[in-house]
Amino acid sequence: MPLLWLILIVLAIAVAGYVLGRQRALASAGGDSRGLHSLPSYYGSNVAIKAIVPAFLLLVAWLLIQPIYVGNTISGMIPESSVKEGSSLGLVMAEVRRAANGLDAAVAQGLMTDDEARNLRADFTDVTQRLRDAGSIVTSEVTQPILRAAQRYRIMNDTGNLIMTIAVLILAVLGFLYGLRESRAEFRARNVVEHSVRAILVGAASIAILTTIGIVLSLVFNTIEFFRLYPAADFFLGTNWAPSFSGRGGSSDLGVLPLLWGTFYISIVALAVAVPIGLFAAIYLSEYASPRIRAFAKPMLEVLAGIPTIVYGLFALLTVGPLLLKVFGDNGLDWMQSGTAVMTAGLVMGIMLIPFVSSLSDDIINSVPQAMRDGSYGLGATKSETIKQVVLPAALPGIVGAILLAASRAIGETMIVVLGAGAAARLSLNPFEAMTTVTAKIVSQLTGDADFASPEALVAFALGMTLFVITLCLNIFALYIVRKYREQYE
Amino acid sequence: MTDATLNGSGPGKSSSLTARDARTKRRNASEKRFQAYGMIAIGIGLFFLVVLAFTIIRSGIPAFTKTVVDVEFTITQAEYEAAESELFKTKAYQDLFISKLEAQLQERGLEVDFDADAIERLLGKTGGTIREYYQGNSNMLGEPVRFELAASSRVDGYFNGRVTREGMQDSRFLMKTDLDIVDALHEAGIMKSAFNWNFITGADSGVDNPGGAGIGASVVGSFFMMLVVLLLSLPIGVAASIYLEEFAPQNRFTDLIEVNISNLAAVPSIVFGILGLAVFIQFMHLPQSAPLVGGLVLTLMTLPTIIISTRASLKAVPPSIRDAALGVGASKMQAVFHHVLPLAMPGILTGTIIGLAQALGETAPLLLIGMVGFVARGYPDGIVAGFTDPNSAMPAQIYTWAARADVAFYEKAWGGIIVLLVFLLTMNILAIILRRRFERRW
Repeated sequence: MPLLWLILIVLAIAVAGYVLGRQRALASAGGDSRGLHSLPSYYGSNVAIKAIVPAFLLLVAWLLIQPIYVGNTISGMIPESSVKEGSSLGLVMAEVRRAANGLDAAVAQGLMTDDEARNLRADFTDVTQRLRDAGSIVTSEVTQPILRAAQRYRIMNDTGNLIMTIAVLILAVLGFLYGLRESRAEFRARNVVEHSVRAILVGAASIAILTTIGIVLSLVFNTIEFFRLYPAADFFLGTNWAPSFSGRGGSSDLGVLPLLWGTFYISIVALAVAVPIGLFAAIYLSEYASPRIRAFAKPMLEVLAGIPTIVYGLFALLTVGPLLLKVFGDNGLDWMQSGTAVMTAGLVMGIMLIPFVSSLSDDIINSVPQAMRDGSYGLGATKSETIKQVVLPAALPGIVGAILLAASRAIGETMIVVLGAGAAARLSLNPFEAMTTVTAKIVSQLTGDADFASPEALVAFALGMTLFVITLCLNIFALYIVRKYREQYE
Repeated sequence: MTDATLNGSGPGKSSSLTARDARTKRRNASEKRFQAYGMIAIGIGLFFLVVLAFTIIRSGIPAFTKTVVDVEFTITQAEYEAAESELFKTKAYQDLFISKLEAQLQERGLEVDFDADAIERLLGKTGGTIREYYQGNSNMLGEPVRFELAASSRVDGYFNGRVTREGMQDSRFLMKTDLDIVDALHEAGIMKSAFNWNFITGADSGVDNPGGAGIGASVVGSFFMMLVVLLLSLPIGVAASIYLEEFAPQNRFTDLIEVNISNLAAVPSIVFGILGLAVFIQFMHLPQSAPLVGGLVLTLMTLPTIIISTRASLKAVPPSIRDAALGVGASKMQAVFHHVLPLAMPGILTGTIIGLAQALGETAPLLLIGMVGFVARGYPDGIVAGFTDPNSAMPAQIYTWAARADVAFYEKAWGGIIVLLVFLLTMNILAIILRRRFERRW
């Protein structure tokens, strides 16, 4: 693992820098730390930071840029003719990468000399066989252009890594020497170090922005790619979802409406379960319950929120589904065909959402000023009348915010619907029928073997975009309401 | 004033305050009803919790046991040589085993008919196991040796009630007549339940072998993933929180970060999976199905949670601490790193553990980056391989089992959930202890 070694060497340089920088600064003040501008450790840290930070920045940048550069060069090398019908440049590139890895493996196992791996020529069958012997997965015969591209890819990556190692080490040593030169008694080491630390803190805080940008970019680019292959109008207005698995577009119907309908229907069922239970639980906990009951029941309800969703999914699939089938299925009311249905997923999701509604509503009801309750009691209202006519209206905006947050949770929930709602996309009003959701289809479209260039796989990004936009709007709206409400009583 | 007294003496309400009229009764009843609704709601919530716990334990416990045939018999040198000289050697051993088993049953006075096929349905290919043993330990020839042979998953099912005599149909996996043999063997004390260590230490098995499936490899996968999450999200989260809480000026940039963090906390987890797929795998070509990538995705997902809780614990440190540090000549940076941060550490660690627990149970993003169950075929061979070799994680492994057609895997899925919940419970208890032990009220 040369990369690991490189990192360790840079770290070693930094540690040496710390020790030497500290010593040099102390020596320049005649061994008396009172003669220094800063504490001795700051001089050491200064050298260490100067050795590490630029070197690591270069390393990260290089690791990001090299694959793109090499990829572009290599794909320029592949002639049009070797991209077969029914294939794409991406697939050929994957083949090239595999062949290159195979060459690496063969060299590592001593089946080929390095020289051979670089210069092997037209004896194709031999190469394919030898790569297979080396344990690499070569899907088809390695053709001359692919082999040449793979050899070039290996060479470029090898030289790239060599140059990178040298450049990073040189930068680390330069930073080390520069930092060491600075380590004199009058150097304001603390200020410099604190500035760097502050920059690191800002960098860490910006990761949140980078993540959002990453999400948006990865969704937008792939969605645009999808709309190039599949008309946007058909996606947003289509009422049929029937992706073909083997074909390459054309025959697939990828309308989002049945999925959106399934998503909303299941969310509505879930909220119909969670909102009354959660709201009454919150009212009881905040207004009636004795401190002891509250101390027991509140954390117990919150356990429901801490249970992983896969557990709920399994619960829906194996417990609730069969139970509902017994009541509403063939032998009972005959409304239900199979255990996976809107009702199954909705009920279980409702259980999961109870603590979301109850905890948030509880906080909001608690923040209604006591004076309002006292005023109502003073007029002779009972406790429940006070709650219904004073507390709830005052808390209403906050409660709506809480419900919206729960709704956004329900729309984005994946595992419960993947396991409990079934796989058939349909537009139907019967809650005992199997339906599917946006999230479930993202999982099924991206976990298959479809390649990334086909509309059947790319549609997942368009679905993700739809999901992201819907939940984002709900969240922003809900947070706005909750915040506005909080300010009102603060 | 006089008017008022005049009107007051007119025909008004003359009943006493202590007597309850119809309206008061109605209002009191509605009060009681309202309170009852609240209690019912909490009751329903707790009821679901109990049902969930009960279901998990009842359905999951069988995964930890397996049915074994525990027999002790002796194979002599002569029998060994005779079997080795046969053309079909494992078949010869199987016949040998059956004759030994028959002898044992007769010794206990039990009469059951069985043939080689029935034994194969119940125990799989026993001949191979026995032959392998004696080839490795030829010194044991002529000595009594005790064998524990695992029964097929359907026999397991019969033992713990999943398969019943009435409900089953004869198939090449299990016949009704086989159950007579099972009953007889059970009665003789030869067939019994044993703890299934393989479930805890083993790796995922093929689709046709539910008995051999274990969760061990994916526990290791989850462990490496959590290591990545801890090593990245704790420093980054703490650094970001310190900046936002202690240093950030009130400006557009700070607002932008704040809005981003609160929105990211509510983005569906599957969107993070899409991000991981597009950025880490499509764009950066990091290895697919690797715990490293899973850890990166989960880091981005848990960062908002950790930042929010860290900021709360930084805010809880009173300003007088900072003022005192600044007053004796510390720089702002020194005040924060030497005084505020150590005091906030228990709260930060509690929040981090809860964030990690949340990440540990997350499934959907892992499925998108290829960490599905069936890639967990074995343990990684080293520390680096642990991060980069394809592996699964506990929840993804459970999902894979739940999605398989064979019902016997469902039991494994529930068992996997027990293992997962044990980890989550441990982490949460650790967080509670940390909070109780170190929390400081100012």
